[in-house]
Amino acid sequence: MTQIVKISDDALARAGGADKLAAAFEKKGCEVHRTSSWGMQWLEPLVEIDGKGFGPATLDDVDAILDGSSDKAIGVIEDHPFIAAQTRLTFARAGKTRPLSLEDYAAHGGWSGLKRARQIGSEAIVQDVLDSGLRGRGGAGFPTGIKWKTVAGAPGPKKYIVCNADEGDSGTFADRMAMEGDPFALIEGMAIAGEAVGADQGYIYLRSEYPDAIRKLNAALELCADIIAPFKCEVRVGAGAYVCGEETSLLNSLEGKRGEVRAKPPLPALEGFLGRPTVVNNVLSLAAVPHILVEGGAAEYAERGIGRSKGTMPIQLAGNIKYGGLFEAPFGMTLGQLVNDIGGGTASGRPVKAVQVGGPLGAYLHPDQFDIAFGYEEYADADALIGHAGITVFDDTADMGAMARFAMEFCAAESCGKCTPCRIGAVRGTELIDRIRSGGRERDTLELTPQMHNVPKGKARSVEEEIGLLTDLCDTMKFGSLCALGGFTPYPVMSALRNWPGDFVNNPEAVEKALDAAE
Amino acid sequence: MSAKEQKIGEIIAEHHGREGPLLPILHDVQEEFGCVDTEAEAIIAKGLNLSRADVHGVVSFYHDYTAEPETRPVVQICRAEACKARGVENIIDDAKAAAGDRVKIQTVYCLGLCSSGPAARTGDDLHIRLDKEAVTRLVESA
Repeated sequence: MTQIVKISDDALARAGGADKLAAAFEKKGCEVHRTSSWGMQWLEPLVEIDGKGFGPATLDDVDAILDGSSDKAIGVIEDHPFIAAQTRLTFARAGKTRPLSLEDYAAHGGWSGLKRARQIGSEAIVQDVLDSGLRGRGGAGFPTGIKWKTVAGAPGPKKYIVCNADEGDSGTFADRMAMEGDPFALIEGMAIAGEAVGADQGYIYLRSEYPDAIRKLNAALELCADIIAPFKCEVRVGAGAYVCGEETSLLNSLEGKRGEVRAKPPLPALEGFLGRPTVVNNVLSLAAVPHILVEGGAAEYAERGIGRSKGTMPIQLAGNIKYGGLFEAPFGMTLGQLVNDIGGGTASGRPVKAVQVGGPLGAYLHPDQFDIAFGYEEYADADALIGHAGITVFDDTADMGAMARFAMEFCAAESCGKCTPCRIGAVRGTELIDRIRSGGRERDTLELTPQMHNVPKGKARSVEEEIGLLTDLCDTMKFGSLCALGGFTPYPVMSALRNWPGDFVNNPEAVEKALDAAE
Repeated sequence: MSAKEQKIGEIIAEHHGREGPLLPILHDVQEEFGCVDTEAEAIIAKGLNLSRADVHGVVSFYHDYTAEPETRPVVQICRAEACKARGVENIIDDAKAAAGDRVKIQTVYCLGLCSSGPAARTGDDLHIRLDKEAVTRLVESA
């Protein structure tokens, strides 16, 4: 009998050499199945034979893996602590199915959510999603069921389902893995959403940085067109603008305009794509839906999690972490558990200095805050956000002053330019952080002119005053920006300043004094 | 009608029936000619009954569209947070040294390979776990 060897065709595994590895096994006479990834990314490319794993495998390991003498053996994959500790609902098929095999998808419970959705009808679908407690996985955490209800109730002959697959946050890759590994699940979720709100057209707005996902989704849509009909769906490729992950700017981009943010209201649910009622949901929200819609799925989903954060979250362990990858678990785990127990601390072996949760706009958390439970409200209370649940770990060599500056620089580079706090604030913020780090500055010629009445003459602006200004600027950006880009950039900046003042100035006490005075 | 007008005309015709056809058209034009220059903007504007300013506004907004074709091979290196945490800043000078004037090193923010950085992209190929030697090899072979 031919030996069946499973190797992922996920972009990360391919970047690690999975294609050559697969060819080598084929040459040895094995039947190679290119499956989705288990999400244990430090082991990619991972080779699976009869349920047992070997990784990270190189071409030199092929013979040893086949004759059973390989030192890369990790035992039975499903029993691996990283997998066994998870509750996989959205990623139930990860590692097990071939992404573009309709046969595999159907054999693992695919299309049963859509089938039931068609039987129970619009109102019951919305009720199921409401009951599940599913909230927007893109970061804002808005209850998905309420959004669908609004769109379902909105008048209009033509409605749309738009999937936000513009996963631009550093430290996040769950959308990519879902689209590459289980594209039919996302499409099924969109078809169910269409059924719920009365929309027959869907668009997936996918970032151009994910060529593999674009290819897979296009192929998947072609394969399942008859199954989802009369619902139609199309992939639209983004053009390298981070801000297009914001829903209104995404809609503008989809319409073929500059990706500038729109003021809300009107909500996209009422006036979205081309001014028509539109559901805009993240990939993970939509991919969670097929599971929720199977008989009893909503209740099963809702009984997990804590407080108002129901269900599971596909958490992404990234950055300087020993065991990085995708870890789907019910809400409620502490950050310390995720980083130390699951992630195994830093990859470099040095102590953890900072952890950024929620992408470039998320706060930098100190190891002192490792007892925070993973949930929307819990993080908001700590002046942080879970965002898209990306966790980026830094070791003690990280310069948090430089990271704070980068947050402002990134905001300046990616700002759409529509609102002033973000467009100009980010530039001024970069300059301010530079001045704080270089110990304040002298008054400039303009400030010394007699016309500038309000400027105290004669003395240089102190670091404390600069910090007061930065705090003030961050407040303006937080409350005055139109969207989360300008509005959340203060999170990484201020959390870095508060937790690691020594990375900004030589006398950290001055920072604390200035921060207290500013508050 | 020039060959360019002809080709862009075909691209426009292919996408014309779609809702919001401009971005797909621009992607195809960028792919075909390596850039979206003022001449292309004018042809597209005419084809879609938009003003040239409208089209230029869109082209200049997005990083993926360029006004001039890039003749050098391009290596995109991610310098976002997760890759910074894994030391991309320590290898960027090596990449630049290996590149010289022959290769263009372009900064991107996030290729979605955040647990295994530093990461890079050449064409549709992705590269992970880069160190000084690997990035030098990558740039030299670009």
